[in-house]
Amino acid sequence: MSATATEDHVDLDRAQHLEARGRSRALLGSLLRPHKARLTLGAALVIVSTAGQVAGPALVAIAIDRALPALVDGDRTPILTIGTLYVLLAIVAGVTYAAYVRTAARISQAVLLDLRRRVFAQTQRLSLEFHERYTSGRVISRQTSDLEALRELLDSGLTGIVSGVLLMLFTGISLFALDWQTGLVLFVAVVPAAMLTRWYQKRSARYYRGTRTTSARLIVSFVETMTGMRAVQAFRREKANEKAYGDLAEEYRQANTRAFLLNGTFDPGLVLIGNVTLTVALLVGGLRVLDGSVEVGVLLAALLYTKRFFGPVHQLGVFYNAFQSASAALEKISGLLAEETTVAPPAHPVPLPSPRGELRFDGVEFAYVPGRPVLPRTDLTIPAGQTVALVGATGAGKSTLAKLVTRFYDVSTGRLTIDGVDVREADPTDLRRAVVMVTQEAYLFSGTVRENILIGRPDASFEDVEAAARAVGAHEFVTAMPDGYDTDVNKRGGRVSAGQRQLLSFARAFLADPAVLVLDEATSSLDIPGERLVQHGLRTLLADRTAIIIAHRLSTVADADRVLVMEHGRVVEDGTPAELIAGDGHYASLHRAWRDSLV
Amino acid sequence: MPPDHPRTTAAHTPPPASGAIPAQERDASTISTLRRLLPFVRPARTRILLGATSALLASLCALAIPRVLETIVDGPLARGVANHDTRGLLVGALVVLAFGLLETAFIAARRRLILAPSTEVEKSMRMRLFTHLQDLEVGFHDRWSGGQLLSRSMSDLGLLRRWIAFGVVMLVVDAVTLTVGTVLLLTTNVWLGLVYLCGAIPVTVLAFRFSRRFRSVARLSQDQAGDLATTVEESVHGIRVLKAFGRGRDAMAGFTQRATTLRETEIRKARILSTLQGSFTAIPDVTLGVALVLGVWLVAQGELGVGALAAFFATTAVLAAPVIDLGMLLSMTLNARTALERYLEVLDTPVAVTDPEHPVPLTDVRGELELRGVRFRFGDADTDVLDGVDLVVPAGRRTALVGLTGSGKSTLAMLVPRLYDVTGGQVLLDGVDVRDVTRADLRTVVSVAFEDSTLFSATVRENVLLGAPAGAHDGPAGDAALAQALDVAQAGFVHDLPDGVETTIGEEGLSLSGGQRQRLALARAIAARPRVLVLDDPLSALDVETEAAIQARLDTELAGITTLVVAHRPSTVALADQVAVLEDGRITAVGTHSELLATHASYRHLISTLDAEQQDDDARHTEPAGVVRGTGPERHGDDDGTAAAASDTSTSTTSEGAR
Repeated sequence: MSATATEDHVDLDRAQHLEARGRSRALLGSLLRPHKARLTLGAALVIVSTAGQVAGPALVAIAIDRALPALVDGDRTPILTIGTLYVLLAIVAGVTYAAYVRTAARISQAVLLDLRRRVFAQTQRLSLEFHERYTSGRVISRQTSDLEALRELLDSGLTGIVSGVLLMLFTGISLFALDWQTGLVLFVAVVPAAMLTRWYQKRSARYYRGTRTTSARLIVSFVETMTGMRAVQAFRREKANEKAYGDLAEEYRQANTRAFLLNGTFDPGLVLIGNVTLTVALLVGGLRVLDGSVEVGVLLAALLYTKRFFGPVHQLGVFYNAFQSASAALEKISGLLAEETTVAPPAHPVPLPSPRGELRFDGVEFAYVPGRPVLPRTDLTIPAGQTVALVGATGAGKSTLAKLVTRFYDVSTGRLTIDGVDVREADPTDLRRAVVMVTQEAYLFSGTVRENILIGRPDASFEDVEAAARAVGAHEFVTAMPDGYDTDVNKRGGRVSAGQRQLLSFARAFLADPAVLVLDEATSSLDIPGERLVQHGLRTLLADRTAIIIAHRLSTVADADRVLVMEHGRVVEDGTPAELIAGDGHYASLHRAWRDSLV
Repeated sequence: MPPDHPRTTAAHTPPPASGAIPAQERDASTISTLRRLLPFVRPARTRILLGATSALLASLCALAIPRVLETIVDGPLARGVANHDTRGLLVGALVVLAFGLLETAFIAARRRLILAPSTEVEKSMRMRLFTHLQDLEVGFHDRWSGGQLLSRSMSDLGLLRRWIAFGVVMLVVDAVTLTVGTVLLLTTNVWLGLVYLCGAIPVTVLAFRFSRRFRSVARLSQDQAGDLATTVEESVHGIRVLKAFGRGRDAMAGFTQRATTLRETEIRKARILSTLQGSFTAIPDVTLGVALVLGVWLVAQGELGVGALAAFFATTAVLAAPVIDLGMLLSMTLNARTALERYLEVLDTPVAVTDPEHPVPLTDVRGELELRGVRFRFGDADTDVLDGVDLVVPAGRRTALVGLTGSGKSTLAMLVPRLYDVTGGQVLLDGVDVRDVTRADLRTVVSVAFEDSTLFSATVRENVLLGAPAGAHDGPAGDAALAQALDVAQAGFVHDLPDGVETTIGEEGLSLSGGQRQRLALARAIAARPRVLVLDDPLSALDVETEAAIQARLDTELAGITTLVVAHRPSTVALADQVAVLEDGRITAVGTHSELLATHASYRHLISTLDAEQQDDDARHTEPAGVVRGTGPERHGDDDGTAAAASDTSTSTTSEGAR
């Protein structure tokens, strides 16, 4: 089972739970390990700071029990020494605390950056099959709201909890040192507090897992609505969407409410324990004062310590909130990180230094779903430099074939080689350089036109970019834009039509200059003059490289060296365009239909 | 995405839509900004006020305990070992316990009272945002990136919720606690109280300086987080491009650069915060050190009891938490303010495409569409895309719109269902300006199939019946509508999907091929049973045979439905009764396909796939035949209007004639 399979479950069985926990702990460990030195520094700073803060009540006790009688006797030195010490310790505590906060921020920001990059890299690495299954909304929510939960924990919770826990620890120690009998009271009080915490921990893990799951669903719904706004409005889906989104928002609200309500029980519970403890300490300490075994100053210090001991408790609640939410998020993130890509990088990559582009399908079969082959056994050789057109009805398997060549998917059986190297063995970077695919969906990233073309080859010069744009006939409309190549595609007059987008993605491919070019319906939105221009460009572009062209418009096919007609995943006709037209097969009739449709 | 041209955040921050935030409000104080929360909070105000009262009572109980302590220390304990007043001690301890229990009860009450309202407020704000975003025109969504909207709907609202549930209540309570506590300290002993109060001066000054510096950094960090979300979103939606070009590493570099910028901002924020927190730790303790010396001296002088000194320190122990929290609460409040500003930026953006005040009802629609002097310009552009378009799409007829890539055909198509509004001229449906009818009415009558066919993560059935008239969603009526629409659009492939029409197709239909998606989008447009159908290059991704089959069906199915079809191909043009050519933002010719082919040179250039020589050849070859595939009577130009238009094609604007 894949690591992300259980992420929508709120109730995990024990094994799954342990697995998720173990995974996220290991992840946390690996994130923190590089920061050992800084962690040590932070720990030292917070220890000094806490010690400085804890000294206060003890100094008060000494002042009342020792310096006061001395002062009455006319000796000012003890009280002045204590006062100076008090002020100095306060300053040290403040300065070290500030330094600690900064150190902690550096660590947590470094950890966040590291994790962000790991998740981003992982999503880039995972195969398209994963993306299509997992959906973009969830990938986005892992990288936004889940990381946000972690950031919240690191931001506010962590600095507070570390100093809080230390404060409790030091306070307890000081109290014991001062008067161990009263200290015992505190010791006993820790037992119910620990039990309460344990109870809370168990429940809240479950509740917060629920909030992470519902928040992801909410994000998916939101992103989808915003992305498809045209269709939403055109088909008046506003009301229905509002209802669906409202239901999710309500689910999220209830999940949150449940989690906070639990916290609202935990927090007052700790306050209760604290106040009862204070009363008992007062009673025990008071009796000991009456016995004459301790002095009033010590009692006061003991009470101040008890109060302080339970002071950070509410911080504990805040922290636990953040912690549960973050660890639920971490479980999901670690699941995503543990996901194996179905298109695995080779253990021993074979370089493709100067690919020629010979493609060979050796008994290749492919199925998206096991048992439902899209491509039944295919044997096919495409010599280097050949332009092959794939023709066939929608769903005949043309795009699937193309996706195998680009290694968006891996073959189910058999092997596919480029220049004799199995694509699964080839160095991934070399393979991407050797094989480039232009698809129908010409996605533009925000940024300028030039940046978008540069995706083809980021180190290309401006002249190269312009040359590529000219070659595919995009130069004219680009220069007509307000800022030419520097026009932001999301801004001022930067709106480009579907056809123009395709031209730009063509320019990308032109710039990339691969050995094998795959065009999957890359010209569908072009108008005819545009297609003519591209075609002229293509003649030079395709001259010395292998090309696989999938096109419904046979005009694109006419220039091909070879045509493969596909039907239900099988190649049913194979020949030059002229041969096939002369025959009486499928292609011949397609060609007649196309000729007829032209005028 | 390419990493070598880092965009500055300023340039990337979405443009505040015109009139979104009036200038005077932008500089408004934190309080007056946060006041804008009131309408959202109103339904929950009773519970929130009760909760705040509980919180206040809890603080008072906590402050009462030191007073009891004072009486114990100065009473039973002062009487010393000799008297052994155990009873007095016991009574005192019981009073302390009583206050302790009360404090607990009030804290629990506060939690319970405020919790539900805070999540309700968050939800209502989230729904308001969502509703408003759905109401806002497509143009708004062109301008704003999804990541910025997402971060507003999730993290900004989460921040506000926490502030309402905790921040604002504790801020008020802490302020009152500190005031009451200080008064108590002053009554315990004026001098000691004054020393403590002296500490308040640097604390206040620091707090003010802090909020000024912190606010701008907080806004920067929230915007940068939004940018990062946009980068993430694009990297996911553009994953195919990134993979096809093997640009994962460059995307990674761009992402890293942005994430690093965010980290720097966060560290800057932490640095500002650390100064405040360090000072808030040190300053109270420094004053306590001074107070200790003074207090012991006063006791030695006999002007103060030990009990009072104990009470003083016990009270400051109660006050320590509010002082330390103050820094956190302050930053939380400033974050909340920024979050609210970001939220309101969207909510305050007026909807440009609105329903009229007195809508004209649409009944018995014939479906005649007329564009009269239509101009259109994108909000931030310098030139008009459409520069006075005149065109009549006769009722029940099919009109093809032809023009170069980027000539504004798709934009024109969007004006009909008012996805955009004209910036000049009028779009008339049966003589009624489309802006005079409600959007819902208009979009019931007009249905669209886009070229980039957005499908939703839902079943095939739900996707196709998305715009179907009420009553045709479920049951036999729904089945029939679904079957018919799928049949016309040649989308029989859905029956081969794992669960047939009940198969959930991936988000945006990603697991389907381009051609399959287009067919479903077409089926969706047909299932809506519109009077007016707008098809934006609906068959571009289809193979010739499927296209021919669909066209044959559309010919009969679309009979009587006014259709405006944006076309790139002769085959699509073949669907139409008349063809309009869009050039330089105007309609330059209207006529039948063969007429235009014969008379209009730029039309020939636009629509013929053949090279010039071949065209001449072909013209000779095909013209005598007249019609290539006689699928209907429309190509004979027997309609008076079209005939008139056709004879007029040499003049630049023919819509006059067409009308």
